[in-house]
Amino acid sequence: MALLTKKDASLITDPLADNNPITIQVLGICSALAITAELKASVVMAISVLFVLSVGNVVISLMRNIIPSKIRIIVQLIVVATLVIIVDQVLKAFAYELSKTLSVFVGLIITNCIIMGRFEAFALGNGPWRSFLDGIGNALGYGVILVIVGFFRELLGSGTLFGYPVLGNPIEKTGLYSIGYENNGFMIIPPAALIVVGIIIWVQRSRNPALVEDH
Amino acid sequence: MSINTDKNSYTVVFAAVMVVIVGSLLAFMSSSLKDRIAENERFEKQQNILYAMGVNENVDEGSVNFVSTDKVEGEFKTYIKKQLVIEGDQVSEDDHAYLIDMKKQMAIAKKGETPKLPLLVGEKDGETFYIIPMYGKGLWDAIWGFIALDKTMTVRGVYFDHKGETPGLGANIKQRYFMDDFTGESILKGDEYVGITVAKGNNDPLNNEKDDNEVDALAGATITGNGVSAMIKESINLYKDYLKTVSAK
Repeated sequence: MALLTKKDASLITDPLADNNPITIQVLGICSALAITAELKASVVMAISVLFVLSVGNVVISLMRNIIPSKIRIIVQLIVVATLVIIVDQVLKAFAYELSKTLSVFVGLIITNCIIMGRFEAFALGNGPWRSFLDGIGNALGYGVILVIVGFFRELLGSGTLFGYPVLGNPIEKTGLYSIGYENNGFMIIPPAALIVVGIIIWVQRSRNPALVEDH
Repeated sequence: MSINTDKNSYTVVFAAVMVVIVGSLLAFMSSSLKDRIAENERFEKQQNILYAMGVNENVDEGSVNFVSTDKVEGEFKTYIKKQLVIEGDQVSEDDHAYLIDMKKQMAIAKKGETPKLPLLVGEKDGETFYIIPMYGKGLWDAIWGFIALDKTMTVRGVYFDHKGETPGLGANIKQRYFMDDFTGESILKGDEYVGITVAKGNNDPLNNEKDDNEVDALAGATITGNGVSAMIKESINLYKDYLKTVSAK
């Protein structure tokens, strides 16, 4: 990586693994539960957060010296909300189909605690370029978990991936269903996401015991 | 240059300036994009209406494919022969009837006043279709759609959409396998306009029974399904006086 210094590169790579926003910082859990029943929704949400978090981080970072500390949370909220509304309007005008897929997530992005968390913890104290990288890194870390959870929930819950049947037809009993396999209806309801996230956290911490807090 | 950002006066001025900047930015965005958005919404409505009466570009079993946006206006003119507005006993024609907001009209009907109900009369392969717009409530937010009936009050196609039903569960009302089930069902039971119920445990997952006024429900989406049943029932109820005059039965 000639483009980035080692320190800058770690802003992107850390959140992907040992400082993951979902599994380590435990931020953004609510949306991870809500929208991961389908892989497609997970991917769309990940991309939306990537955009809002990276641009929002830059905007907050540019304003960091003039934001009054008393109302900084409100200022952050306004920046997120404005960005999300602009994106939504532009998509509605120029990519109507896509905007319909996204509409469910608009509200969820504004309330996503990863975004406020990164503004507060990073962008307020760092320059625009580093904040941009931090936004990209954290959004990717968030997205990776979303996609993993979405993959297992859609595969085990509906027997499809991106809406395409991969295990056969459950009604006509073809493919895997012909030997008695059944979809697990539990996987498409939100508590299943908690279990999948829990397993990811378990795997991650048993591979790297340094992450385990001693209480 | 250093500013004391802790002063109350600074905080107030900052907030005021920020509100003005953000407010005018959003207002500018909204007014400059308004026409484009309205046009997109109009095309979408035309696509939905045509889809309900079976004019679409579906190729396989799986996905919903509308008439493409650049062709939709022409196709809409070709297939939709008449647009009616039903106001009590009065029936008039209006070329923009399909743009009438069903949400408002249903609210008017609930208050006991006379709503202006849009009804689209389409023609395809020599057959006449009556297309009724519907509007109702799902689990989280609004659901709406169109139902196309022929002269015998048999459903020839439906289209459902929603604002914010749960992805993977209630959101599946706009999937082919759910919408296709409605085709061939009758909204009549004897002489009564009962609509179609989204039923759990009707023991008919392949939907072979077409005379039971029931389609198979979506697993995990009970409330959305009930919303669809209620929406169909309510709309049919509003239109039944007119439908009786065109029904061949």
